[in-house]
Amino acid sequence: MITPVQRAAAALLVLLVLFAAVGPLAWPDHAAQDLSRFLEPPSLAEPLGRDHLGRSVVARLAHATRLSLLMAVLCVATALLVGSLAGIIAAWRGGWIDTVLHGLSEAFIALPALLVVLIFSAVANGDLWTLYVGLALAQWVEYFRMVRSRSGLVLAGPAVEAAGMLQLGPTHLVRRHLWPELRPLLTTMATFGVGSSVLALSTLGFVGIGIRPPTPELGLMVTEAFPYYHEAPWMSLAPVLVLTTILIGLLSLRNKEARL
Amino acid sequence: MNFLPPTPRAPAGPALRVMRQRAIQAATVVLLVSTACFAIIQSLPGDIAFRIAAGRYGYDQVTAASADTVRAELGLDRPAWQQLLAWLGDLLTLDLGTSLVTGASVAGELGLYLSSSLQLAAAALAMALVAGATAGVLAASRPGGVLDRLTTLWVSGARSLPPFLLGLVLILVFSVHLGVLPAAGHGTAGNIVLPAVTLAVGLSGLFARVTRDTVAQIRQSDYVRFAATKGLGGGLVFLRHVLRNTGVTLLPYVGVQLLVLIEGVVVVESLFAWPGLGHALVHAIFWRDLPMIQATALALALLVVALNTVVDLGTLALDPRPRRRELVL
Repeated sequence: MITPVQRAAAALLVLLVLFAAVGPLAWPDHAAQDLSRFLEPPSLAEPLGRDHLGRSVVARLAHATRLSLLMAVLCVATALLVGSLAGIIAAWRGGWIDTVLHGLSEAFIALPALLVVLIFSAVANGDLWTLYVGLALAQWVEYFRMVRSRSGLVLAGPAVEAAGMLQLGPTHLVRRHLWPELRPLLTTMATFGVGSSVLALSTLGFVGIGIRPPTPELGLMVTEAFPYYHEAPWMSLAPVLVLTTILIGLLSLRNKEARL
Repeated sequence: MNFLPPTPRAPAGPALRVMRQRAIQAATVVLLVSTACFAIIQSLPGDIAFRIAAGRYGYDQVTAASADTVRAELGLDRPAWQQLLAWLGDLLTLDLGTSLVTGASVAGELGLYLSSSLQLAAAALAMALVAGATAGVLAASRPGGVLDRLTTLWVSGARSLPPFLLGLVLILVFSVHLGVLPAAGHGTAGNIVLPAVTLAVGLSGLFARVTRDTVAQIRQSDYVRFAATKGLGGGLVFLRHVLRNTGVTLLPYVGVQLLVLIEGVVVVESLFAWPGLGHALVHAIFWRDLPMIQATALALALLVVALNTVVDLGTLALDPRPRRRELVL
């Protein structure tokens, strides 16, 4: 079932995760400036050279990759948990809970995710927690709608009715009936969600209203490096390469049927 | 645009239902965005009465007394929920306030931003549809051929290249190296090319993919084979049977992609300094210009709802078959 493309994508992603995990340990200080080494070209000790403030690009890249991946996974996990729980509750209980949650999701589905994050980031100066809450808030609705419609079908089915007659309890229902039905779709959505979260974070950084400058962030690094494109192209290319690798890797990881 | 010709083909019932559902959605969106903006104001540090007093009388003239006057006059000492109701009431009377930065009326500036955003979105959508649908139809004529595989490559390429990077690449190639197109600005015809192309590339790949799959599927269908059997020419079959049925699938898909388009508009406008809603929103957030944040965010969200309504009505007009559930996302 696993195609060579999927294997290659998984290998690439594992490499990237290793870089994000080990990199910050190998190059712990991403903020140390050495202005005499301004725009130093790559060397053995500094594989990606130094930036316009004489900071180590590889250290910044490692910290940025770790931040992006951690934030994305955290946001998707939160959105998935909250959205699925709300979806199951709405499908299970019905009534006014369902009406309220569904009405709320109708409004959220019309809001572009980036807009939600933007409004949220207006509260604070690129604090990490606002970005986290905003991104999670922008994404919960997809999981909610999928889980709500799927669990509605499962919960109305004869298998669940039988389980109810045997008094097997809600834990059994979720574990044996809902989870197997929801899992494949949820994993596909989550893989895709991690990609779009990474993308949203870097887009915000690039536009200049995401994470604030001294903290390294992929999109921010592109913006900072771009004016020096002619002198030091490796500086702009490194974060772009990491970003596209994450996106391509996550896209190729999915099954062929789930494409688009 | 009249998507509802009073012909028997498009009965008023489903169209009215679509409009009602979309109207409810629009109202919820307005409530949500506006309440969020109100919450932001409430959570800002410092006393808002002092800020407004400073804005009115100048920073040197602010005293506790003048702040008290402002507070009493604007009712800032009322409980939060009463202020929220007043805030929403202002919105209901279309009073969007004045920009904290320029001092101009927000509603006046909004029209300008809206029209340039619409220009950009329309140009990008038209380009994406034409390019994507053409590529899809051509790819479907020979499944597995060179063009088909090229389309697949295009789709995954467009997916993995975020709009801001694509925009940067286009600027580098066409503005910096070739020098044929301006990188930023607004006013001349050449200005819209790069931002619109940036947006269109991402969308067109997906449109090509959907068109290709749909056309390939429709070509296999019984009614197309029957039309060919009864002697209709290839061109007529394509026009009357394949194209319209493709539209039935493609149009709702365009509706799904509208969110991507509007997100792209925000990014691309900031990148190319295109004076639209997204550009204004990003700047308003940068300057904490709350009336402007609210107005632009509302406009963007309502734009999504409005465009979705158009798509829904268009789908109904294209495919008037009765259905159990409306295609409302």
